Amino acid sequence: MRAMVYRGPYRVRVEEKDRPAIEHPNDAIVRVTRAAICGSDLHLYHGMMPDTRVGMTFGHEFVGVVDEVGPSVQNLRVGDRVMVPFNIFCGSCFFCARGLYANCHNVNPNATAVGGIYGYSHTCGGYDGGQAEYVRVPFADVGPSLIPDWLEEDDAVLLTDAVATGYFGAQLGDIVEGDTVVVFGAGPVGLYAAKSSWLMGAGRVIVIDHLEYRLQKAKEFAHAETYNFAEYDDIVVHMKRITDHLGADVAIDAVGAEADGNLLQHVTAAKLKLQGGSPIALNWAIDSVRKGGTVSVMGAYGPLFSAVKFGDAMNKGLTLRMNQCHVKRQWPRLFEHIRNGYFTPSDIVTHRIPLEHIAEAYHMFSAKLDDCIKPLIVPNA
Amino acid sequence: MPYTSDKPKQAETAEELRARIPGWGADLDPKDRPSVPKERFDPTLSGAHWEFPERQEEKWPRERSIEHSMLTPVFGTSCPPKGLSGVIRKYAYARYSEGRAAHWLLLVAADRVDTAESTLRSFATLRPDNPITQTGVLSEVRRHGWSSRVGRKRVDTGHQLLDPIIVGAPWVAAGLLGYAAIRRLTRGRR
Repeated sequence: MRAMVYRGPYRVRVEEKDRPAIEHPNDAIVRVTRAAICGSDLHLYHGMMPDTRVGMTFGHEFVGVVDEVGPSVQNLRVGDRVMVPFNIFCGSCFFCARGLYANCHNVNPNATAVGGIYGYSHTCGGYDGGQAEYVRVPFADVGPSLIPDWLEEDDAVLLTDAVATGYFGAQLGDIVEGDTVVVFGAGPVGLYAAKSSWLMGAGRVIVIDHLEYRLQKAKEFAHAETYNFAEYDDIVVHMKRITDHLGADVAIDAVGAEADGNLLQHVTAAKLKLQGGSPIALNWAIDSVRKGGTVSVMGAYGPLFSAVKFGDAMNKGLTLRMNQCHVKRQWPRLFEHIRNGYFTPSDIVTHRIPLEHIAEAYHMFSAKLDDCIKPLIVPNA
Repeated sequence: MPYTSDKPKQAETAEELRARIPGWGADLDPKDRPSVPKERFDPTLSGAHWEFPERQEEKWPRERSIEHSMLTPVFGTSCPPKGLSGVIRKYAYARYSEGRAAHWLLLVAADRVDTAESTLRSFATLRPDNPITQTGVLSEVRRHGWSSRVGRKRVDTGHQLLDPIIVGAPWVAAGLLGYAAIRRLTRGRR
């Protein structure tokens, strides 16, 4: 089969690989019909995530058709159209039994601090991902769901991570009616978090980024008030000014490990790999939110230490909430919202690219060319 | 103003927001949200029909965190450790917990060694590594690299200049080392 393969920092190519095989009785093999490149894939692409091995196939956002099932699979049949959450989870461990699917203890031997994620390094379990023609899906009775007939494939693939994560991020903000919410980052997760904040009754939603085309999308898609931090000497002071010097009630970090806005932080983290991530957006969130407020962290960071301003967080009495999203828990409600017409996830898709051109897709997304917000990958285009 | 007890007035009323924004307030009740409460005990909800999953066959000694008491029943089988990078990875897993910086720094070092080993290995194949096609740098032309950057208020253009150095430096260094080695060999023969 054809598959994207990592060759080292900033280098990927498409190779012929063996089609994955059933390795556990509850495995399924899924023929991928649509995948996506996630902003967090760029951390792997840039060589930031420890134990990212040459030869691995990335991709934790994908949908497809069941091609083969293991002998213990009861809930899926060959030919079913399925959407697969980015979390790999067993459904029965201490954490899964409590709904913490992202924290499953039975799927990742390489680390206890993170669960299993498709195509996301050996630190997340060493599973190949879905930027390929076929992918192995463990615990097929637990993870995947049938794609509802009314749901477009381009919308379904976005529900496997970005939409669910943005919606989850707004929930972790514990938003109450009338709250002012500031979202750092106008990428896909930030856009969905901003939109979701309104669903939860926010009175004002502000989005911060430095890419004008993404801020424009935040205005159109998420009805948000936007600010380009590159236009301000100090975005934290500006946030205070526009919130009556109180600060926002809730701040959401939707940027993560490669945040811009402070050259030293960015270079030490993203280029020199001396930090787990560049916590600029997180520090701005801590400083922009009001005392007693809540910071929700949806940005992905590596396992090494990062220079986070915990002193300010403690002194301000903040609540910091974070986790990888338990994707499948979000789906029933998100299906309702999409069916009700509250939003269409694929409105933020900017590019649909054949698998064979994936190296160019990674470069374009990484360098933010061609007003790219969300690229989808089409394996058999 | 934070200097008095009043909360700043909301610019728009709930009615105005509901009229302007599709779905405003659909999840207004904080208790009626999918991730509330955070932990909801229900082992039947997931669809799992086992108390403990069957074990996947371990086809080679699978490296694992020493914070685990056993190999997890299911695991990924992509890219088994190999070469010098594999030795470093196995040592990092066997010696240091996830709580130790040495664990992660060794794994990052192994990643760089893996890249060098794999690139060298590729030269013995019919499809050697090609930094032009693999970096996708040609999309700079096809995807408007110039107009995507120039005249825009974006702050990442400065450090993007470091990217070609990060990608190119190992190739240049390897070329210089190779050239020096060949020169030394040819001089030795004279």
